[in-house]
Amino acid sequence: MRLINRHPDGPGRLLLVVLPFALLLCAYLYGSAARLADNPNDKLLPSTAQMAEAVKRMAFEQDLRTGERPLWQDTAASLRRLGMGLAIAAVAGLSLGLLAGTVPLLGAPLSPLLTVLSMVPPLAMLPVLFIVFGLGELSKVMLIVIGITPILARDLEQQARDIPRELLVKAQTLGASTWTLILRVVLPQLLPRLLVDLRLVLGSAWLFLIAAEAIASTDGLGYRIFLVRRYLAMDVILPYVGWITALAWAMDWALRQVGRRAFPWYHGGNR
Amino acid sequence: MSLIDVHNLWQRYGEHTVLEQVNLSVAEGEFCVLVGASGCGKSTFLRLLLGQERPSQGHIMLGGQPLPGEPDPGRGVVFQRYSVFPHLNVLDNVTLGLELQASHWWGRLLGAARRRAADQAAALLERVGLGQALAKYPSQLSGGMQQRLAIAQALVMKPRVLLLDEPFGALDPGTRKDMHVLLLELWREHPLTVFMVTHDLNEGFSLATRLLVFDKTRHDPHAPHAYGARVTYDIPLNSERRAFQAALAQPPGELAGCVHIA
Ligand SMILES: Nc1ncnc2c1ncn2[C@@H]1O[C@H](COP(=O)(O)OP(=O)(O)OP(=O)(O)O)[C@@H](O)[C@H]1O
Ligand SMILES: [Mg+2]
Repeated sequence: MRLINRHPDGPGRLLLVVLPFALLLCAYLYGSAARLADNPNDKLLPSTAQMAEAVKRMAFEQDLRTGERPLWQDTAASLRRLGMGLAIAAVAGLSLGLLAGTVPLLGAPLSPLLTVLSMVPPLAMLPVLFIVFGLGELSKVMLIVIGITPILARDLEQQARDIPRELLVKAQTLGASTWTLILRVVLPQLLPRLLVDLRLVLGSAWLFLIAAEAIASTDGLGYRIFLVRRYLAMDVILPYVGWITALAWAMDWALRQVGRRAFPWYHGGNR
Repeated sequence: MSLIDVHNLWQRYGEHTVLEQVNLSVAEGEFCVLVGASGCGKSTFLRLLLGQERPSQGHIMLGGQPLPGEPDPGRGVVFQRYSVFPHLNVLDNVTLGLELQASHWWGRLLGAARRRAADQAAALLERVGLGQALAKYPSQLSGGMQQRLAIAQALVMKPRVLLLDEPFGALDPGTRKDMHVLLLELWREHPLTVFMVTHDLNEGFSLATRLLVFDKTRHDPHAPHAYGARVTYDIPLNSERRAFQAALAQPPGELAGCVHIA
């Protein structure tokens, strides 16, 4: 049988899913054990026990100076920034893309502008943001916003243009004005796509967040990682990276669930 | 007195002449079927009637007035594909037209008004045989059911003119027959003037009160796009139906009884 016609199923499939993770884990454990056997003070590949100890310190014990539990405080601060950035970018990207893709008179000036703006490297704008908005929360949120809004807007504009012309004509024969056509025909068809787009830009959003926190912040997951880097504290950095990955994955999963529940027609129909 | 008058209509796209010198006068209640070779401009003619495009030359009168320059509820349309909204279920697809017409700000009705509109839509859907599928999304319907839905969606607006562009082109012969029966019944029940494009001559002969054949009369072998198509044949058909429909188009009152016989 040809390779392309062989599909994994049942336990075999599960095995194939788990295998790469297990291999990575084994490779790490082996490397860590080997290095620690060589030099018990080695910091590069901490053992699981060392990392568990660090997690306990960061997550469950109060910091002596601030009285906070750093992991949770960092998580709350980062998620607040990320959530605000994503929300603002979603509203802005949706509005811009919707208008540029539906109303030709707005598309003519907006569409080339968005194309050019999306070419500006957001991280190169970070100093500008710090100068304009100061070192506070606003500049970090704005970095996420300017980083992903053009991506969302451009894709949604294209999606709006891809709505078959027939449907727009049909809506007009049903008495829709430009406004009600946007409200009842274009917007509802773009919303599920917005959720898909948000999942795709989630990685970039985290990137911008960590970069901004690393450079100017007093809390946040990115701040912590870059702070403890000075002491080569891999036992903190690695669990933090794992935690960030888990958070991002959970957000991706949640967005997918919301999309499936709210827009059954977009995912093949059956409710 | 004719409902639609087309005077010396030309349509060109750049150097490409698609339609030339089309003259046509169609009375209220006629069932016109348009046939012709692929690419000869039948869909273009429908788009002009719809107001989706402006003619390069000539003009179209509707009820004595120049045709509005954009689509409006006076002219309903069913395309071969993409006629129904994928994000709305069957009932909402038909209710949408009533909502858009009644609510100019939100395009949405609430409470009792919404229920009344939904009841009206459901009655029409029952009529076209979709009473059992109100909660389904279009992607869950067969091709024939989607076209029934598209027809109901157009008729709920009570348009004077219904434009159909190969509406049954993708259906199997059996389903197509059912759709013909349905369409003729609806045409009798509503005061409708129909323009329908088809590639199926039998369909044309069995439905039309008037068969319009589009074809080129002039050819330049060196410039195939230099000349456009005209209406080369204009054949009256099914005269008994035509007479009946003409009687219906008279002022109501004395003829009210006939409607029920239909
Ligand atoms: N917007 C446009 N710009 C340029 N050319 C066009 C445009 N619309 C239609 N045409 C041309 O006009 C011609 C007629 O197109 P039309 O779709 O009206 O044909 P048709 O008779 O409906 O054909 P079919 O039976 O295949 O549907 C085609 O050659 C097409 O390329
Ligand atoms: Mg066509």
